[in-house]
Amino acid sequence: MREKIEEAAARYPDQRSAIMPALRIAQTEHGHLPGPVLEEVANILGVERIWVYELATFYTLFHTEPVGMFHLQLCDNVSCMLCRSEDLLRHLEEVLGIKKGETTPDRLFTLSTVECLGACEMAPVMQVGDDYHGDLDIARIDALLDRLR
Amino acid sequence: MFEPILLKNVDVPGGHLLSTYEAGGGYQALVKVLREYTPDEVVELVKRSNLRGRGGAGFLTGMKWSFVPKQSSKPKYLCCNADEGEPGTFKDRILMERDPHQLIEGLAVSAYAIGAKTAYVYIRGEYVTAIRRLEQAIAEAHAKGYLGSRILGSDFNFTVHIHCGAGAYICGEETAMLESLEGRRAQPRLKPPFPAVAGLYASPTVINNVETLACVPHIVVRGSDWFRDIGPEKSPGPKLYCVSGQVRKPGLYELPMGIPLRELVDHAGGPPPGRRIKAVIPGGVSAPVIPEHGLDVGMDFDSLAAAGSMLGSAGVIVIDNSTCMVKVATRIIEFFHHESCGKCTPCREGLNWVVKILRRIEAGDGAPGDLEQLDMLCKGIFGNTFCALGDGAAMGLRAALKHFREEFVAHIEERRCPLH
Ligand SMILES: NC(=O)C1=CN([C@@H]2O[C@H](COP(=O)(O)OP(=O)(O)OC[C@H]3O[C@@H](n4cnc5c(N)ncnc54)[C@H](O)[C@@H]3O)[C@@H](O)[C@H]2O)C=CC1
Ligand SMILES: Cc1cc2nc3c(=O)[nH]c(=O)nc-3n(C[C@H](O)[C@H](O)[C@H](O)COP(=O)(O)O)c2cc1C
Ligand code: SF4
Ligand code: FES
Repeated sequence: MREKIEEAAARYPDQRSAIMPALRIAQTEHGHLPGPVLEEVANILGVERIWVYELATFYTLFHTEPVGMFHLQLCDNVSCMLCRSEDLLRHLEEVLGIKKGETTPDRLFTLSTVECLGACEMAPVMQVGDDYHGDLDIARIDALLDRLR
Repeated sequence: MFEPILLKNVDVPGGHLLSTYEAGGGYQALVKVLREYTPDEVVELVKRSNLRGRGGAGFLTGMKWSFVPKQSSKPKYLCCNADEGEPGTFKDRILMERDPHQLIEGLAVSAYAIGAKTAYVYIRGEYVTAIRRLEQAIAEAHAKGYLGSRILGSDFNFTVHIHCGAGAYICGEETAMLESLEGRRAQPRLKPPFPAVAGLYASPTVINNVETLACVPHIVVRGSDWFRDIGPEKSPGPKLYCVSGQVRKPGLYELPMGIPLRELVDHAGGPPPGRRIKAVIPGGVSAPVIPEHGLDVGMDFDSLAAAGSMLGSAGVIVIDNSTCMVKVATRIIEFFHHESCGKCTPCREGLNWVVKILRRIEAGDGAPGDLEQLDMLCKGIFGNTFCALGDGAAMGLRAALKHFREEFVAHIEERRCPLH
């Protein structure tokens, strides 16, 4: 982790700029960003701890709490809403037995709704990990969940 | 058929590879400017083309570049705005995923023009494929000498870095982006000073949208007259329109600036079978909605402004007659409320009230006087906020209240949604 963070930091004239890239690297490595990881980031960069905490809590893609193995992020902004993303949310809540914002007891799935993913041409869209899944309907969601399980 | 310019390589297999880009004449603009043009001549060329910013505000690109001070003891920076958070917008993602070299060439030519040695591309963190493709393309361009030091034997040195966002719409606002790049929470700065004078690390900084930069190599190769002759002279060029929502063929369409909105919706196949178009949002959810009878408006900065809306990010969202406008308006305001950075009161508190009232109306719990209250709140927000996020929210709601007032009234009087 240190090596990758130092490499990223070299791209900026100011170490503080490297906090965001460092958090991204740390989160990829650790899954989420608990306190000790944030402190390590601050130490590697030699910046104030509070600066690191500030960013880790401001930006929604950084998670200070653990999330499930698969983070299902369903877009419910306007274009997806017009293509019935609500039905998909209801279905996901039903088959997973959790509400949005929650994680299944086996820690396999976390379900969230998110703002526009910038892929409205394939609405309704859901991001799972790094991947976008578009033109979704209930059958496709079921197939996707089967594959992930 | 309009010849695709910006989307030329998008559907070509391997369109993201350097070999494909070079085979289609790629990097010839960079070769040309390094051999034949001074930086000032490139700025002049772009000025004469009347290229206007594709990020939404439509500011003249050449003019913005010319504000960068010639003599500066500080380094100059180029930033590419690839944060693309405006709901309904996906053009920059597709440009970066499918033809990243077009953007890199645009960056190199633009950096040469303004005298920058470093560029940061601020990409929203969700765009993992675009980030990977752009990283690969930067490496390829370095290996071939299109980036790096003494590019193509000239004395121009230039490097491109990627900076990943982490999920905050406000980072697309250029000064919030600068704060984010400097490692702070993304809250907008006061303008002026404009970034062109004092931007990243207080140095002169040009910020341009992905599509704006992608236009630049084509202007160099084909000339400023060619560009200015496409569409309206004051708002010209090929344009990417992102069409989504209740339409048969959603997708990214490249057509001239100024094409009538109605024609654009026809290109996208019109409404689903058995439905009628009720309204279209022409430029992402910040842009005021246009009712069906207004669809003959031209899709360019000036025509849409004259019609009381805006081109914005050209995120065209089509809404058919099965949809409740109160629901659409509520969802849009929920979005702005969620993304408000909290720096100024009219936006932070005003939108909080607006959301509460709209949710109540939508749920059939509206009260007489609610609409007047919403009118008042819009008035209190519009023009009184630190950045354009608050304005966008207020303008959008005003248009919905104006054009579809009877739907809001019906919700309040019947105490339910007449459509559901
Ligand atoms: N693409 C997207 O995802 C989104 C786009 N937008 C669009 O953003 C627009 C608002 O953007 P703003 O940056 O607030 O608009 P703005 O009008 O303040 O600035 C536009 C550009 O021109 C430059 N500029 C303006 N006057 C200048 C001067 N006197 N000297 C030097 N430079 C000058 C600014 O620095 C900026 O780069 C809205 O119209 C909206 O359509 C809004 C949200 C999302
Ligand atoms: C709230 C808000 C969000 C914005 N988001 C974006 C964005 O995602 N992408 C973008 O290019 N411009 C966005 N803008 C506009 C930028 O501030 C700026 O005008 C633009 O990047 C300048 O580039 P251009 O002249 O090439 O359009 C946003 C503006 C506001 C007020
Ligand atoms: S208008 Fe909203 S987003 Fe913009 S500075 Fe004020 S609180 Fe922040
Ligand atoms: S609204 Fe869902 S991807 Fe844009």
